[in-house]
Amino acid sequence: MDIPSIPLGYWIESSLTWLTSEYSLITRAISRVTQTGIGGLNDGLMWLPPWALLAIIALLCWKAASPRLAIGAAAGMALIWNLGLWDPMIETLTLVVIATLVAVVMAIPVGIAAALSQRLYRVIMPILDFMQTMPAFVYLIPAIPFFGIGSVSAIFATVIFSMPPAIRFTTLGIRQVPVELIEAADAYGATRSQKLFKVQLPLSLPTVMAGINQTIMLALSMVVIAAMIGADGLGSEVWRAIQRLRPGDGFEAGIAVVILAMVLDRLTQSFSKARR
Amino acid sequence: MDETRNVKIQVRGVSKVFGKNPKSALKLRDQGLKRPEILEKTGQTLGLSDISFDVYEGELLVIMGLSGSGKSTLIRCLNRLIDTSEGDIVIDDEHIPTLSEKALLECRRRHFSMVFQNFALFPHKTVLQNAQFGLEIRGIAPAERDQKARESLTQVGLDGWEDAYPNQLSGGMQQRVGLARALANDASVLLMDEAFSALDPLIRKDMQQELLQLQSRMQKTTVFITHDLDEALNIGDRIVLLKDGEVVQIGTPEDILTKPADDYVRRFIEGVDRSRILTAESAMRPVRTTARESDGPRTALHRMRENSVDSIYVTDRDRKLLGLLEAEEASRAIEAGADTITDYLTQDFRKVTTDEPLHNLFAMFNDKSFPIAVIDEQQRLLGVVVKGAVLDELARAGE
Ligand SMILES: Nc1ncnc2c1ncn2[C@@H]1O[C@H](COP(=O)(O)OP(=O)(O)O)[C@@H](O)[C@H]1O
Ligand SMILES: [Mg+2]
Repeated sequence: MDIPSIPLGYWIESSLTWLTSEYSLITRAISRVTQTGIGGLNDGLMWLPPWALLAIIALLCWKAASPRLAIGAAAGMALIWNLGLWDPMIETLTLVVIATLVAVVMAIPVGIAAALSQRLYRVIMPILDFMQTMPAFVYLIPAIPFFGIGSVSAIFATVIFSMPPAIRFTTLGIRQVPVELIEAADAYGATRSQKLFKVQLPLSLPTVMAGINQTIMLALSMVVIAAMIGADGLGSEVWRAIQRLRPGDGFEAGIAVVILAMVLDRLTQSFSKARR
Repeated sequence: MDETRNVKIQVRGVSKVFGKNPKSALKLRDQGLKRPEILEKTGQTLGLSDISFDVYEGELLVIMGLSGSGKSTLIRCLNRLIDTSEGDIVIDDEHIPTLSEKALLECRRRHFSMVFQNFALFPHKTVLQNAQFGLEIRGIAPAERDQKARESLTQVGLDGWEDAYPNQLSGGMQQRVGLARALANDASVLLMDEAFSALDPLIRKDMQQELLQLQSRMQKTTVFITHDLDEALNIGDRIVLLKDGEVVQIGTPEDILTKPADDYVRRFIEGVDRSRILTAESAMRPVRTTARESDGPRTALHRMRENSVDSIYVTDRDRKLLGLLEAEEASRAIEAGADTITDYLTQDFRKVTTDEPLHNLFAMFNDKSFPIAVIDEQQRLLGVVVKGAVLDELARAGE
């Protein structure tokens, strides 16, 4: 019994090769732009003295949420600083911010389109299911031939991995707008875009924000994993600790990730709740 | 009188089938099948069937019917929130069913404001922003928008609430915002789909009164939907009665009450009367003037003139009712040189006791429509009932 195995892997590889050679101009351009963005933001955040950034984040937490969160965030960040993990933390934060920005900018129009067109909805939802069930680091592999080892590949994989919730929640938010309100807008002669911008999007904003929150969390987890393909940051600290069998260092970096995750999560959650 | 009024909207032979193949359903309808059979045979709902009526400029037309009779469907066909399956709707020479997408938007903006049963206010907008919505959609400049919205909020008594959000208001106030949103827009027709049905009875009564006041001030063409006969009688200039997607009767409240088109309408009205147990007493008014049996014809005629009436009830010293003297008869008595009027009285009028059910009174008004005399057991005159009062009373009751 010798059933030949289907050369699925071969097909994917050859089409990737084709894509990389065919579109190298584009990928190189993307790579350059992304690299510049990462560099700029990273330098900016690094240029700020730690205490200044710490104060800004604490103030943000105070205004958007509660004094309690502000104190917690400040204490957490101070701990990271104290552990000597400030620079890797900034590197991770930079990757998360940029990946999230790109993901959200791409996800929201797609989410809107899927909400407004039933046909698109039926195409997109299974794709999102597929994207979300795929093990995270599989995305790292195709990123490399396109963008090589390093931060750009990490961003690429992170964007793809973290985009689904932003799309899903945008679609959900728009579809949840009560039909009476759509009818009211129609009755007063609203065009499609008036309906979208004056009624559907504002009303779906809390849901969209919840999606963005999830996207940020996924981005953070992916950025840490992306240390495997050479992304800087807390992930590479963990990675190095594993390779050198130093569990203490690994845990320290791990705790820094947890603190960063909590601050980002609470902060974005309070943004979505602040909207009525 | 009606012929001289301008027609604002013409509805002609409008039908609506909810389903994929309206033609087949309408064919069955033409063969005489009704809604349930059509639903069974084709799985499609005949929402409206061959509806025709006019809406006059400046009138308040009520569309009334039980739940499921097609009222909401009909009002949504007017501004084409729902597409008709056949028939035509014309507003100021525009044929709504055939308008292009763009012309339809323009038509909705210019002609239609709408008030909804569940208010349909935008929760993310303040009261003022809600009131501005129609104007915002039409691209009116912010300053003018603001001013018009504030004016209409004042009209509905919401001064000082501009910056509140809808969820901070009671139901009645929310619907005032809905009304302000419609008025600010200054469209030529106001559509109200069960606008007051979700409100408490007392607040509902207030809103009806306010609508009537607004209506008498602004003369805005209004199509008002309700499932409640009291409301229809109270506010409607005319009523279109729907049943299972068909028109059963069109007429003034009085027409509907006095000349019900069929048993269905009759049952509707009887239900109203019984539920209230209204009697002649409730609609009775004091007699403005009476004559005594001892009065001469000149005195009696003088009293009639003074009170601008053309007939007068005549009683004896104990206010016992003797008869009715018409102005013509009084003149004849004067010509004949008669001293008293007792020979010139007529008994051709109706008298009832105080406990006579109100709905029986309608049939009693004859062509001359003398007021109906209300008497007690001793035949003493207690008061009169005029035709208008019966309507008022029927409409007012039901709180
Ligand atoms: N979108 C729809 N699809 C199918 N049937 C509908 C739809 N809308 C209304 N109907 C049916 O049409 C009939 C009239 O409904 P409607 O106009 O809402 O009545 P009303 O407002 O008088 O209560 C009802 O039998 C209802 O079930
Ligand atoms: Mg309805």
